[in-house]
Amino acid sequence: MKAFPDMYHDQYSRTIFGFWMYLLTDFILFGTFFAVYAVLRKSVLGGTPPDVLFELPYTLWQTLILLGSAYTIGMGGAFAHRKQASKAMLFFGITFLLGVLFLGLEGRELARFIASGNSWQNSAFLSSFFTLVGTHGAHILFGLLWMVLILISVAQDGITAQTLRRLTCMRMFWQFLNILWVFVFTIVYLMGEIQ
Amino acid sequence: MFGRLSEQALKHDWIEYMAGGSMVLGGLVAFLLITYYRKWGTLWKEWFTSVDHKRIGMMYLVVSFVMLFKGLVDAGMMRGQQAFACGESFGYLGASHFQQIFTAHGVTMIFFVGMGVMFGLINLVLPLQIGARDVAFPVLNNISFWLFTFSGMYIFVSLILGFFAGTGWSCYPPLAGLKYNPGVGVDYWLWTVQISGIGSMLSGINFLVTILKMRCPGMTLRRMPIFVWAILATMILVVFAFPILTATIAMLSTDRLIDTKIFTADYGGSPMLFINLFWAWGHPEVYILVLPAFGIFSEIVPVFSKKRLFGYTSMVWAIVAITVLSFIVWLHHFFTMGAGANVNAFFGIMTMIIAVPTGVKIFNWLFTMFRGKIQFTTPMYWFLGFVLIFTIGGMTGVLMSIPAADFQIHNSLFLVAHFHFVIIGGVLFGFFAGFTYWFPKFIGFKMNESFGKVAFWFWMIGFVVAFFPLFILGFMGATRRMDHYSVSAWQPLFVVAALGAILIFIGVGFQVLQILATIKERKRNRDTTGDPWDGRTLEWSTSSPPPFYNFAMTPEVKTRDPFWEMKRSGVRATQEYEEIHMPKNSAVGFWIGLFSFICSFGVIWWMWWLAALGAVGILAAIITRFYVKDVDYHLSKEEVKRLEEKGSP
Repeated sequence: MKAFPDMYHDQYSRTIFGFWMYLLTDFILFGTFFAVYAVLRKSVLGGTPPDVLFELPYTLWQTLILLGSAYTIGMGGAFAHRKQASKAMLFFGITFLLGVLFLGLEGRELARFIASGNSWQNSAFLSSFFTLVGTHGAHILFGLLWMVLILISVAQDGITAQTLRRLTCMRMFWQFLNILWVFVFTIVYLMGEIQ
Repeated sequence: MFGRLSEQALKHDWIEYMAGGSMVLGGLVAFLLITYYRKWGTLWKEWFTSVDHKRIGMMYLVVSFVMLFKGLVDAGMMRGQQAFACGESFGYLGASHFQQIFTAHGVTMIFFVGMGVMFGLINLVLPLQIGARDVAFPVLNNISFWLFTFSGMYIFVSLILGFFAGTGWSCYPPLAGLKYNPGVGVDYWLWTVQISGIGSMLSGINFLVTILKMRCPGMTLRRMPIFVWAILATMILVVFAFPILTATIAMLSTDRLIDTKIFTADYGGSPMLFINLFWAWGHPEVYILVLPAFGIFSEIVPVFSKKRLFGYTSMVWAIVAITVLSFIVWLHHFFTMGAGANVNAFFGIMTMIIAVPTGVKIFNWLFTMFRGKIQFTTPMYWFLGFVLIFTIGGMTGVLMSIPAADFQIHNSLFLVAHFHFVIIGGVLFGFFAGFTYWFPKFIGFKMNESFGKVAFWFWMIGFVVAFFPLFILGFMGATRRMDHYSVSAWQPLFVVAALGAILIFIGVGFQVLQILATIKERKRNRDTTGDPWDGRTLEWSTSSPPPFYNFAMTPEVKTRDPFWEMKRSGVRATQEYEEIHMPKNSAVGFWIGLFSFICSFGVIWWMWWLAALGAVGILAAIITRFYVKDVDYHLSKEEVKRLEEKGSP
């Protein structure tokens, strides 16, 4: 951070560390949902079992899109650190679109489950599935809203100490959601096939 | 339009009308007084929107005192009911009202008194002890406070509109599910705990970063006062434990709102899962409450023994050990679940082991006193009372950690006596000690000693009289949460317990007198040095009350007990004044708190438009704050010099 003499003393490192701590709390929140899913995933109650319900190729596309956005947001962050505002905004913008695409696919999948009589009300397995995947989706949604807010402030001010700090937090948040999705894909979808 | 809110919600029995009425009256009197003295502007500008950790700390304490009063009244009503409601007599409280009282008592005392007084004292003391100007995220601190305060209001609102949960403070499903509790009570519980829990979680992050990132030059981890160590451990517990609560309560909420089947007894849901998750948060929570109290005692005992703390290193390791162990004992809250002999044995043994580091701490304090020049001030009285009561409480806990014994006394009054011994003896006595100890630092004069000691004796004797009979009653088979019983052999002991409660109330009365006497004698007891107790840590090195920027010059630390060393060696800071960078006040915390309240009120009463309005309000407050650029200001060197020479502002 030598390129940016920070007027807030070490507010950059303070905020980033605080954001790590926030991510830790969020990780435990998801850990709880994962634990609940692990306990309840066999409670199908005669409904459609996971290996029939899930369509792996479809979810694989979702996964690839989200992992692709990990690359683009990383690029965006790299350009932000080089103070190249327009390129940073371009890559954050691509990330935003990939995020919207992911969320759209996820919404379509959940809508398909509900339409085929597999709503969250039907069994404990489906409840815990919708809770886990839905919470992840809600995080993506908030991430997208937040990204819009940050991009507006970058468009107004360019890359300043403040916007750089925000872009870095945003990037951490997005990568965090990516890592979580890897767990969701593995534990929910892949392991759902082999039960 | 009004969801399920109708005039039906206003119907109560006469006791509830009286409680609700006196509450409205109290609020109205406060409102009129503030209006009459034209203090709303001052309150808003200098307190409600303040980001100064000292002011936020004091606001926490004010809210907690109101809550403590409320919780004590609940306790008194329960003791009164159980003293009478035997055999033919059914007491003066209906069963459903009694259930709400014990639920509200638990929620009030854990979430709003225990957490409130601890966050209050942490806010006040911690930044000063590490030589910082404020916490890491001052505005976030204000947000936490308002989430805490607004969620606490539900306990009062439920007195007038509808009713509170009758499930006990732990609110287990399936009883807490929609099927068996269709009313608003459980929803009030859910949102009270959810919002205050999120506030605590944010505070946890805030103080963790404060401790790890904002210590003054020279204060390495191993030079931190033990209070700071205790808070570091506490905040680690907060950060690890509270998300579990948030997730668990969110799932119970969806069970009730959109019909998910996670904790239900049907459709494959698992009520025991809730109980496991609840206590995976709940047991660390016990240590979240008591570790700060341990920290307080670790500050008080050396100061009033005129010795440095015995066994600093073992104290730190004891804290760390408790932090780790507190996450692997949760199952002892429900040995009767029937998890099997091996599981129960593991958790039983872990529970016994956790007594070891706690014992280390007790002995360290006692060895600190050994051959010290002990001053028997009020804080030391509370400490000595704590040693006795907390040790008994801890040993009864070890007794219950034996699964076979626990099957006998599970959910009996023995358990109730046990956790009151540790929570009142530990947390509340610790808070009283810390409050008396740090009072002169923040108000500017010492508290009255003689009334304080009388209050202590009434509390101490009253406490033993009120709670010792419960141990015996537990062995006799009396279970907790009874609004009526038919075994006449129990009644004398319940009457004794009620007498103990009266003694405690007299103690509270003396505490009020103590405050009044303190105000009356404020000129005589004024603290002009900033160091009334001959203290050892940095908070005593600045004036009483401290200036809003805490320290004119950033302190530099070379040893443990830095202020003590400075005084002994005669070396004081001789740096020049420097420019000070301070955060500006912000109203965003108030608005987030208010809109969270509005949003959750809408959800509780199924007024979806109101819930949406609240949610939009929260978002709007956050977005507005996002684009505010004018967030800080600088005090010039000359300004600092002028303020310092004028004396404390």
